[in-house]
Amino acid sequence: MEKTWNNKAWFMVLPVLVLVAFSAVIPLMTVVNYSVQDTFGNNEFFWAGTDWFTDVLESDRFWDALTRNLIFSAIILAIEIPLGILIALNMPKKGLGVPFCLVFMSLPLLIPWNVVGTIWQVFGRVDIGLLGYTLAALGIPYNYVNNVFDAWITLIVMDIWHWTSLVVLLCYAGLVSIPDAYYQAASIDGASRWAVFRYIQLPKMKRVLLIAFLLRFMDSFMIYTEPFVVTGGGPGNATTFLSIDLVKTAIGQFDLGPAAALSIIYFLIILLLSWIFYTVMTNSDAEN
Amino acid sequence: MARITLEHLRHAYGPNPKSPSDYSLKEVHHEWNDGGAYALLGPSGCGKTTLLNIISGLLQPSEGKILFDGKDVTNLSTQERNIAQVFQFPVIYDTMTVYDNLAFPLRNRKVPENEVDRRVTEILDMIGLADRAKKKARGLTADQKQKISLGRGLVRNDVSAILFDEPLTVIDPHMKWVLRSQLKRLHKQFGFTMVYVTHDQTEALTFADKVVVMYDGEIVQIGTPAELFEKPKHTFVGYFIGSPGMNVLPAKIDGSAVDLGDGSVSLGFAPKIAAGARTELGIRPEFVRLGREGMPVSITKVEDIGRQKIVRASFAGRPLAIVVHEDGEIPADPKITFDPSAINIYANSWRVGGEG
Repeated sequence: MEKTWNNKAWFMVLPVLVLVAFSAVIPLMTVVNYSVQDTFGNNEFFWAGTDWFTDVLESDRFWDALTRNLIFSAIILAIEIPLGILIALNMPKKGLGVPFCLVFMSLPLLIPWNVVGTIWQVFGRVDIGLLGYTLAALGIPYNYVNNVFDAWITLIVMDIWHWTSLVVLLCYAGLVSIPDAYYQAASIDGASRWAVFRYIQLPKMKRVLLIAFLLRFMDSFMIYTEPFVVTGGGPGNATTFLSIDLVKTAIGQFDLGPAAALSIIYFLIILLLSWIFYTVMTNSDAEN
Repeated sequence: MARITLEHLRHAYGPNPKSPSDYSLKEVHHEWNDGGAYALLGPSGCGKTTLLNIISGLLQPSEGKILFDGKDVTNLSTQERNIAQVFQFPVIYDTMTVYDNLAFPLRNRKVPENEVDRRVTEILDMIGLADRAKKKARGLTADQKQKISLGRGLVRNDVSAILFDEPLTVIDPHMKWVLRSQLKRLHKQFGFTMVYVTHDQTEALTFADKVVVMYDGEIVQIGTPAELFEKPKHTFVGYFIGSPGMNVLPAKIDGSAVDLGDGSVSLGFAPKIAAGARTELGIRPEFVRLGREGMPVSITKVEDIGRQKIVRASFAGRPLAIVVHEDGEIPADPKITFDPSAINIYANSWRVGGEG
């Protein structure tokens, strides 16, 4: 059959193109625009070239925030992924417990992020918070407002409370898709509980785990709302992550140029790391 | 290797079974001889797999006991019973190589590595996957995967019994034949007690020494392929085995005379029939003679299936199948006679006979 060639077909893509332009391309280009120019208001712009990028990359402030981000992501991934798997393995597979567990697990995910922050902000307060007050009453010194370690612990526990459910639900979906015959065969082959996990459950969960890992990495790397509400980036700059730093630069100090440069660098880091994780994980999957 | 005794087994999946229809498996009381090759034959949902899972210990029976060589194993786990089972759909360990898949049941039982290697190499040759031993099992086709499942069932040589749950469903027809012959050879060689579940009569009849026919949660007949063919104990066995199945015609029986509506035949014996029972005559299509004498029939269709012809006819208002040799003549005014020795009489679907 003869194929019809008609360049007018390109017009079909136009509506999507316009939408994407307004929602993504134009804002992004504005950021790029700010990142290479300097302005003193009055809509006057001066070419700045790569000055802002150099400034950002040479500042301790950027590297400190980035390090905090990486440490935070590493800690919560190291806890949430194994914990999520463990909980998913112990969830009931059938019966009345299933809907109960699923709803129970979904609850933290349904709470708006700033509310999660507020809950923990109040929960940890030494004067009125259940957690803070109890710890104080037990004689354990705890104060997330002025102690760096306590602030970090609070943020990590909050993130685990908030997001482990996502890992659990994804893993659970992977687990229930395993046919019974696999467990029956394993029991006939005399496999131990560990062997069942290692050779049946883990391989079957691999794909959902990859998704869980990527989502949790990206989200934790971009975390803003909760630490902003709980600690406001403090004490000092101890919990100032890149996103908080970015907002401080852009809105607090109104340094649009450096903020735009930081945004672009931030975006590229997330893109690069996600791409590396994805490639490494899918390659190990595809070998042989 | 073991003799397996099933004592008054019953199983219901729901709790608190009351009426017989609550049971997926009605009373089964039977003994499997050590080293026998059995086929469990029956339509889908007749309780074959339930029975198999009870033997292997994946399922606890609601009532009754299972004994291996006289020892009660009802409460023992699958591993303690030392059973091998192959499932309908391939189960392989994705991340392992073909070799490791086969070695898995042995390594779990702490078999020395040189013994593992010997067994696995032997099985690899048998299932024809020796050249893929070091490949990941994930990349294989469905029938290769099923061969691995079969291999894992056969790799242990000390098992009490090997159970097969419709293992060749996903395999190509010609490969089916090859694998079945290999299983049969293995059985002769090692004398495993084998139980083979299938709904395919050819598979059952070629594999097994004894075929156990199940219907609606009950064992209706246990016999050699010849017995099942010649003397089906239940009309279901008559229908289910043979192609086409047995003709079953409603019949009035008076002494040794059988009234079929459009004709009558006489038996060499007088069956004992309880009063009020529904009586039927069963005759296999192979034993109906088509000719110019006997009872009149009208022919509706003739199917040529190669070396034979199947004549579909209507007799006394009932469909009747007749097998005729390929050169067999089909007269214009067809009449039929029944081979007297091949007639079976049924009362309420169960066979009543003069001789056994």
